[in-house]
Amino acid sequence: MPDAVLDRAAPAEAGGNMLAVRGLQAWYGESHVLHGIDIDVNQGEVVTLLGRNGAGKTTTLRSIMGLVPKRAGSIRFEGKETINLRSDLVARAGIALCPEERGIFASLDVTENLMLPPVVRPGGLDLPTIYQLFPNLKERANSPGTKLSGGEQQMLAIARILRTGARLLMLDEPTEGLAPVIVQQIGRTIREIKARGFTVLLVEQNFRFAQTVADRHYVVEHGKVVDMVPNDQLASSMDRLHEYLGV
Amino acid sequence: MDDIFGIPAPLLFGQLLLGLINGAFYAMLSLGLAVIFGLLNIINFTHGAQFMMGAFVAWMLLNWLGIGYWWALLLSPLIVGAIGVVLERLLISHLYKLDHLYGLLLTFGLALIIEGLFRNYFGSSGLAYRIPEALSDSWDLGFMFLPVYRGWVVVAAAVMCLGTWLVIEKTRLGAYLRAATENAALVQAFGVNVPRMVTLTYGAGVALAAFAGVLAAPIYSVNPQMGSNLIIVVFAVVVIGGMGSIMGAVLTGFLLGVIEGLTKVFWPEASATVVFVIMVIVLLVRPAGLFGRA
Repeated sequence: MPDAVLDRAAPAEAGGNMLAVRGLQAWYGESHVLHGIDIDVNQGEVVTLLGRNGAGKTTTLRSIMGLVPKRAGSIRFEGKETINLRSDLVARAGIALCPEERGIFASLDVTENLMLPPVVRPGGLDLPTIYQLFPNLKERANSPGTKLSGGEQQMLAIARILRTGARLLMLDEPTEGLAPVIVQQIGRTIREIKARGFTVLLVEQNFRFAQTVADRHYVVEHGKVVDMVPNDQLASSMDRLHEYLGV
Repeated sequence: MDDIFGIPAPLLFGQLLLGLINGAFYAMLSLGLAVIFGLLNIINFTHGAQFMMGAFVAWMLLNWLGIGYWWALLLSPLIVGAIGVVLERLLISHLYKLDHLYGLLLTFGLALIIEGLFRNYFGSSGLAYRIPEALSDSWDLGFMFLPVYRGWVVVAAAVMCLGTWLVIEKTRLGAYLRAATENAALVQAFGVNVPRMVTLTYGAGVALAAFAGVLAAPIYSVNPQMGSNLIIVVFAVVVIGGMGSIMGAVLTGFLLGVIEGLTKVFWPEASATVVFVIMVIVLLVRPAGLFGRA
């Protein structure tokens, strides 16, 4: 059926291809974690990676960022091959990661955490805009980073990479363990940054949340992409997804 | 004002000053060790040899090139720091993923080699380095005479320690350093060239040791063992203060210097061991050190 093939291709109206991952493999020591990941992310899209625990979603983000030492395949960002780049050079190319463990530094205060990532390109959000999006960060500017609540830490972790001018933001389970009202705020934030032209690659377990923000969903299983579902076909694909995710 | 606790005041103040001066060197050296350990996870046993090299380079600049003390204070740390950068790139950088023990063995071996080379060339009797003329006076403080140079050492060391602390705690570069000490991989993923920062940090720590070496040259005789005599005490200071704590290293350095000086007055026989006794007590009561995070 030709439709199924089209489904896998990125929708044409969403802007040019920003990230093309082909046959990405990755290893942690001896264990082979990714077995050939293929994903495309277009300019201005919000794309999620769905999948069970241990499927390889986080490893995919970390491999794109250059944080997994042993990796193979192809990662093209804005047409440039980055598979062999060191992580600081990947960052300089315009990709930023908000890691699953949030990575807030205990020995830095909130402002220092926020200002830590160097600006890699023009076009990032300025401080007034960031404080407008995350008013709590302004109030707690001088607190040590890890004295914030879980939700505030997550806000800080996202805010931090909005400043840098990176165009592709990779968010690893930003809603994990947070109260519903905070999850809603993060949802609003993601829609807001999409409206400002950022591109987002999101790892999520919470697929009810994912469908409120994303354009497309890739399903990852055993280190491979096994399906791609556009958000508007999510309802009709529910049975399939339940099977993949075991929810 | 003649006797304090039955001790003649000049003796008491004299030892207190000596303690402060030793403390200044402990502080500068343990500061460098703490900075290096924090980011590189390497216990830099070459630190004493690098302190000694700082003094020798000052001596060479003066006797071979006619370059005086003030320029040496700048040039010697740069030269010895540059040698440190080369060492880090060629040797030390290969050990970061291994156990501490390997770094310790490598840097200890390097210290022995460097000291051996200097002993072979310069002998072990020591060379004199004259106090710069501007600082060769003494001040009469009423209760004692203070040689200006000794006062200068304490002030210079304190300013250097404070400056280093300010850079680490209050600047952007320092924020990178503190963050990379916690999670270097993430800092690099933000676009910071962490390997280069690590190399330069080692160079800076070594330069700090060399700076202390130049300060020491006119006080102690410039000899190949001057570092190894000092470094054992400095390691005790670092253990007492807590590995990786900047302010802890500085305060503990000055404090232990003073305690050592006072012990010389009240119980001279114990003065060589008092630091180690304190180390044992601190390790028993607070294994992470006085200022360390457990």
